[in-house]
Amino acid sequence: MTLDQLPFDMPARISAINWDAIDATEGHRLRSLGFDSGIMIEVLHKGILLWHDPLAVRIGRMTVALRRKVAAAVSCELDY
Amino acid sequence: MTASVPLVALVGNPNAGKSALFNALTGARQKIANYPGVTVERKSGRAALPDGRPVELIDLPGAYSLQPDSLDESVTRDVVLGQFEGQRRPDALVIVVDAGNLDNHLRFALELIGLGLPTVIALNMIDLARRDGLELDADRLQSELGVPVVPTVAVRKHGLDPLLETLGAQLAAPESARSVNPPLARGAITQRAHAIARTAIVSETAGRQWTRRLDSVLLHPLAGIIILLTLLFVMFQAVYAWSEAPIGWIEAGFAMLTEAVNANLPDGLLRSLIADGIIAGVGAVLVFLPQILILFLFILLLESTGYMTRAAFVMDRMMAAVGLSGHSFIPLLSSFACAVPGIMATRTIMDAKERLATILIAPLMTCSARLPVYTLIIGAFIPAQSVGPGIGLQGLVLFCLYIAGIIGAMLAAAVIQRFVTHSRGSSFLIEMPRYQMPRAHDIALGLWQRTVVFLQRAGTIIFASTVILWALLSFPKAPADSGVGQVEYSIAGRIADGIEVVVRPIGFNHDIAIALIPAMAAREVAVSALATAYAIDGDEEAQAQGLGMQLAGKWSLATALAFLAWFVFAPQCISTIAVTRRETGGWKWPGFMVGYLFGLAYIAAGITYWTARSFGL
Repeated sequence: MTLDQLPFDMPARISAINWDAIDATEGHRLRSLGFDSGIMIEVLHKGILLWHDPLAVRIGRMTVALRRKVAAAVSCELDY
Repeated sequence: MTASVPLVALVGNPNAGKSALFNALTGARQKIANYPGVTVERKSGRAALPDGRPVELIDLPGAYSLQPDSLDESVTRDVVLGQFEGQRRPDALVIVVDAGNLDNHLRFALELIGLGLPTVIALNMIDLARRDGLELDADRLQSELGVPVVPTVAVRKHGLDPLLETLGAQLAAPESARSVNPPLARGAITQRAHAIARTAIVSETAGRQWTRRLDSVLLHPLAGIIILLTLLFVMFQAVYAWSEAPIGWIEAGFAMLTEAVNANLPDGLLRSLIADGIIAGVGAVLVFLPQILILFLFILLLESTGYMTRAAFVMDRMMAAVGLSGHSFIPLLSSFACAVPGIMATRTIMDAKERLATILIAPLMTCSARLPVYTLIIGAFIPAQSVGPGIGLQGLVLFCLYIAGIIGAMLAAAVIQRFVTHSRGSSFLIEMPRYQMPRAHDIALGLWQRTVVFLQRAGTIIFASTVILWALLSFPKAPADSGVGQVEYSIAGRIADGIEVVVRPIGFNHDIAIALIPAMAAREVAVSALATAYAIDGDEEAQAQGLGMQLAGKWSLATALAFLAWFVFAPQCISTIAVTRRETGGWKWPGFMVGYLFGLAYIAAGITYWTARSFGL
């Protein structure tokens, strides 16, 4: 499952990030914000009207907003 | 140690509360300047160590790592590495980390500790972390990191004395006493940061999640956008409603001053210079200080509460439609106050093309300098009648001018991103800080700094252009029997003859041509220029009527509307052009900006004039 498909309130673990699908500066900022394999992530809010874009996710103890396009490059798995 | 005052840099992630700590440590004794060659703001100030020794503090821009991906971040890296030309390397670092966000903030902290400078960690916002149910062990953190850790709550001024004391001890310690950690690889740093954060966290209970609850309303797919639009509406209403009284006081003050000058000075050149030139000109601009401050008050409040990034979130999808993103929303909103801080705020936009496009359209946001022009013309030509419950025609026209600027900006952005920068799409990736109560002291300090900047502008650019214009309008003296008016006969009148040839087709008259010359310095000067021109030329009776009444008698409605349309687009502001040159590193982009905006202004004024004429106005 990719991050843009993850339902609300379901903490998941990042299993892989497809860095090639993301622009280099975006990738760097994503790493700076703590995105990496093995990190826990949760979708908190989805954007306005019918677009549901961008997403607000919790990573670590931080809330980060990102677009669906980037979220689609982040694979995650539910952690049970 | 050197004989000079030691330089200490405050450094840390964005949203770590660095600026609040800086304000708390230095009080109002701050110097704001720019780093040489770039418009990144350099804030410095003095603080005293417990033993009385002074230290010089600088507040570095927030950064996520020593590998920069924005202009701000590269300044931070260059300064801490001692590679910034014209800025000496700090003697010590105060690393500010958010106690509630150790996982993320320790990563940059570890990189900085690795530099081996004398270092103190300010474990900031410890109160908010507790509120969120987080219990931390500062001692354990200290032994893991190998540098002193001091818990602080900057906004309440807690922990400042221990922080300064530890800093003093670190500065005095011999170099060999400091631990030097070998630099870690990137992945290793992340893992180490997480491991240390886990060790330092004693207990973690689910606290009251204020931020999340507020966000579920403020970021709501429908409610979020309604709230944002309501907020913007209230903000622009307040700019007018709250400023009425203070504007009256300032006007009354200047009227008294003019009277005093007229009563005490003999009629002549000096009296004309002071009353017609300086007081009429500078006074016409100073009355807008209340409106500018109210606008900045709102923007400072939105920023310090943490709402600004939520506004960016809500607006992102719509901005994406014209090739921009939520990142551009913040600079563009600031541009409603003034394009100069707006353009400077584009530094945080990661994408270089989006940043350039945002800079190029920022002058289209209706800045506060246009208000004098708009208010004057609307007051003189648009009847104060109601067009619906609670909606006045004057307010409606003003609203339309704001909308015209926004629509113009959006169209320009779409065209620029497509054909000029050839952007392949914008990006939006931003940390949303926790909500915080704004601190009155920090807001007051911000407003004070804006006031100083505005008064400096009024005292320099506007003062100088007013005096120069007065001289151009007053000389040479028209012979008493020639039957030609003084303005017509003066140097300015003759220059305006040339401009008039160009602007006549869009309905502009000779007075406007005169006003456009000094308005190149700043838009609001157009008002003082008209005031000065009519003061020099006018008879006593006309002057008593006020500027608006005089205009209403001399201009057609079509001309007035064309004049408004012109100022929606015209790039008449030296400061904006100068800051664009600095931010884009050359004359190419400011040249492009001035060209396309004058083109749009000419076309818009022309269309407005001829449309109005065809309706017989």
